[in-house]
Amino acid sequence: MSEVGTVENPLRVAIIGAGPSGFYATEHLFKQKGLTIEVDLYDRLPTPFGLVRNGVAPDHQKIKSVTAVFDRTAKKPGFRFFGNVELGKDITVEEMRQYYHALIYTTGAQTDRPMNIPGADLEGHHPATEFVAWYNGHPDFRDYQFDLSQERVAVVGIGNVAMDVARILCRTPEELKQTDIADYALDALSKSNVKEVYVLGRRGPAQAAFTTPEIKEFGEMEDADVFTIPEEVELDPLSEASLSESADRGTQRKVEIIQSYASNQPTGKSRKLIVRFLVSPTELFGDENGRVKAMKIVHNELYKTDAGSLRPKATDKTEVLDVGLVFRSIGYRGVPLPGVPFNDSWGVILNEDGRVINPDTKQPVPGEYTAGWIKRGPSGVIGTNKPDAVASVDLLLTDLRDGNLIAPTTPDAAAIAALIAARQPHYFTYADWQKLDELELANGAAQGRPRLKFTSVAAMIAALGK
Amino acid sequence: MKVSGILATKTGGVITAHPDQQIREAATMMAKHNIGSIVVVNQAGELVGILSERDIVRKAVTHDHVFDMPISDVMTQNVVTALPQDDLMSVAHTMTERRFRHMPILNADRELMGMISIGDVLKAQRDKYRGEIDTLETQLMADDA
Repeated sequence: MSEVGTVENPLRVAIIGAGPSGFYATEHLFKQKGLTIEVDLYDRLPTPFGLVRNGVAPDHQKIKSVTAVFDRTAKKPGFRFFGNVELGKDITVEEMRQYYHALIYTTGAQTDRPMNIPGADLEGHHPATEFVAWYNGHPDFRDYQFDLSQERVAVVGIGNVAMDVARILCRTPEELKQTDIADYALDALSKSNVKEVYVLGRRGPAQAAFTTPEIKEFGEMEDADVFTIPEEVELDPLSEASLSESADRGTQRKVEIIQSYASNQPTGKSRKLIVRFLVSPTELFGDENGRVKAMKIVHNELYKTDAGSLRPKATDKTEVLDVGLVFRSIGYRGVPLPGVPFNDSWGVILNEDGRVINPDTKQPVPGEYTAGWIKRGPSGVIGTNKPDAVASVDLLLTDLRDGNLIAPTTPDAAAIAALIAARQPHYFTYADWQKLDELELANGAAQGRPRLKFTSVAAMIAALGK
Repeated sequence: MKVSGILATKTGGVITAHPDQQIREAATMMAKHNIGSIVVVNQAGELVGILSERDIVRKAVTHDHVFDMPISDVMTQNVVTALPQDDLMSVAHTMTERRFRHMPILNADRELMGMISIGDVLKAQRDKYRGEIDTLETQLMADDA
């Protein structure tokens, strides 16, 4: 057989996970000159785009514009999408190795880190990821229930997801109607009784993970006032020194905005958003029905590590917040894929710069790669996954030149398509997704909304008459 | 970004040596693994020092037989270490200010988790900025469309 990467014998790559990293890896593969490449992009959901569809907040539509870039990639010759196909259920890694020269895993960080405090198992305490997936219409989460009859809510964590959750809880129905939030979530949030939302950060304002536009947005809510506590937003000497040494104007501006909220007065808006700093939850208290009714928090102070980071340390001062609903957003990790080595310490696929590593030999598994959050953990913005995916694909191309990829028995596009069709007759092609996309846009337009999502796989299949 | 984000993509383990090994052995390991420093651990696996190319060069100026010397006579003993949860920006600042290029990473139990170099940190920062630029460009282009 001719060399791999030629018209007669194209380089065949399967990418598992059709989120940003999967599309960025695809894009970089198709940029290679002098190589004929075929990419099959798989996703366990019928719809592509991963967190752009199911994670990015519905009131941040502009961030979703990156899908136009992914659409262009999907038009390239040699690209196919297999949606609604799950690795380990519909097809195994071993089977894939019979059809492809290389596999790239880009499944993201799908779960959250637990909060190991007494009372963490009480009802009314949820991972923020579940709430996010619910309001975004992720089919696996559409039937989840959140008790929005509660008046006071705590969001533990101060990263982008925590900010999204707090903001969505405080949006008015009119604001939410301008978004592509799932229709059932719009309905539930429109009836919400939530009056106060606490966002709790372990460290101080200078260490907050959210961005300046995000904290600014808190101050521009239609029907929610934002507050901070004066003594929590005054910089301690360590933060002061660190900020002035770094001359980081972005963080300085962020701190100024946070501090300005400390002098806010109530303006009569229905809801309050209270951003707390230097506090950590230590216990959740329940009522007689096993539901969260309060949270004990401890106040922290900062200390400097050897390496120069400012870390929180508990003091003796505690307080109790009466909250009936708690969302935690204190870090995310990947979920192991069947047949793929996993690094439990960091919640990622076991890898060396993107090459999947055999845990026994500590050597690369030939032809298997990873990119994005399942490679390095959750960090950065959507675009951060581009250089990451490019680096992994470059290793794949090096291994192609060195003859270190998989030697599949059946490198045949039609044969794998037939196998998938036999295993999962309701698989979605990219053309199927585009039809679904048109329907969602049209259904949304009929209600004056940017999009009305299908939120169950059955509804998606039915909509296409498959 | 945290230090753990770099460790997540390094599974090859850390190259270590014992303090009583000769510099010749350490230099051979450095050449073989193409690395600029070696973590020095005692028999219990506890960190006791770090040996860098710079340590060897500095010693060679005054000691012709540096290659025959034990690592313990050449290594840096006061090692600045980082935790997996340390902020990468802080680590970068500390490395730059204190002029060293490698930092062992220990967990809360002082167990060796890995090693990061200034190159790792710069690469992570480069990717962060590239990613932000790409995201902003994409949004700007969407505005134009």
